[in-house]
Amino acid sequence: MDIILGIRVQEGTIIAASKAATRGISILKDTDDKTRILNTHNLVAFTGESGDTVHFTEYIQANIQLHTMRENDLELSPSAVASFVRNQLATSLRSRKPYQVNVLLAGYDVKTNTPTLNWIDYLGTQTELPYGAHGYAAFYCSSLLDRHYRTDMNIDEGLKLLDDCLEELERRMPIDFKGCYIKVVDKDGVRDITK
Amino acid sequence: MSGYDSALSIFSPDGYVFQVEYASEAVKRGTCAVGVKGKEIVVLGCEKRTTLKLQDPRITPSKICKVDNHCLLAFAGLNADARILVDKARVEAQSHKLTLEDSVSIEYLTKYVAGVQQRYTQSGGVRPFGIACLIAGFDSNDKVPKLYQTEPSGVFNAWKANAIGRSSKTVREFLEKHYEQDMSDEKTIKLTIKSLLEVVQTGAKNIEISVMKAGDANISKLTVEEIKKYVDEIEAEDEAEAEKKKPKTRA
Repeated sequence: MDIILGIRVQEGTIIAASKAATRGISILKDTDDKTRILNTHNLVAFTGESGDTVHFTEYIQANIQLHTMRENDLELSPSAVASFVRNQLATSLRSRKPYQVNVLLAGYDVKTNTPTLNWIDYLGTQTELPYGAHGYAAFYCSSLLDRHYRTDMNIDEGLKLLDDCLEELERRMPIDFKGCYIKVVDKDGVRDITK
Repeated sequence: MSGYDSALSIFSPDGYVFQVEYASEAVKRGTCAVGVKGKEIVVLGCEKRTTLKLQDPRITPSKICKVDNHCLLAFAGLNADARILVDKARVEAQSHKLTLEDSVSIEYLTKYVAGVQQRYTQSGGVRPFGIACLIAGFDSNDKVPKLYQTEPSGVFNAWKANAIGRSSKTVREFLEKHYEQDMSDEKTIKLTIKSLLEVVQTGAKNIEISVMKAGDANISKLTVEEIKKYVDEIEAEDEAEAEKKKPKTRA
């Protein structure tokens, strides 16, 4: 039931992830951060089976970090990270108990100076998108994003569009998700701009 | 051949495990590495072999390796052996962080590296690591610089300043004579370079220095120019010293 949303704009990629940690019908916590920083220019946001999610993402995080150490501080590009995550999920899918984790990967390729957003689900589907969401957020926000997204948007316009999406979710969705953490990945790395 | 060095896990009658002794010999043939602790920093320095005329210096691997964001490892001995050991250390550092959320302490990592080295002195079908390591860094809970050394036998020790590899004895004696408690950053770097100059005749271009401070973004590698500045300073001081002595001998 968690919300994760991503919008790619001209100078970076914006990620929103809901703050509520739920179990069954109860909210356990309203300050749950469903994102992890993989390296300076890659942020992953996740939803899915609780437990699986954090375990899987931290495993990915450790492996990306290990790679950075091995390659003399050379960091993996967003597309390489996306391929790695997809490969791990695809391998897991063919195991006895697959990870049920869906992720959005926000990255900034420092070589080509392009922001990226990768949508990956537990089946190993991987696509590069201008905007995307997992779970219920996709149902409520896709139409809004289709109508109002422009390729030439800047961060502020992107954040405005994200606010509209969150307003729509709060208005239409019957579940309280306790607001969202909002993060931006751009040339300077990852930063938290939650209001 | 006395027969006590064909198999690894065999003692000689006088209590030596020869293969381990030979590994220490390999360390002594490796290029020199120095570690010095200051008040707030720890410096690792090592002798860099001159690249051959046709060799590409850009991809020549460094002898000072980053194990994690807060930990450096310098080694002396067989380069290829070190690669394996450093990789094991890196994997352990990440795996420790993954299971316990905290980064490895420098002492833990040293124990781990020494543990691996020890294991290779007591199991069959393997040969000991022909390297000694200097492991330097900071723990996450304080700002105190740490410096450890490991040997092929699996022995490890904590040091204020130490040297390993070729002519390490000369360098260690130099450090013993000139080390001071709570040195400033400048002074620590200078002492490291000065001690290395005892055994590196060719100056700045054959020296590699990494400086480490507590906190984030804390590892910096000195450029050849920066090292050159220190080397020139040291040479000037030495000359002034010699100049001072000269008139006395004449008089």
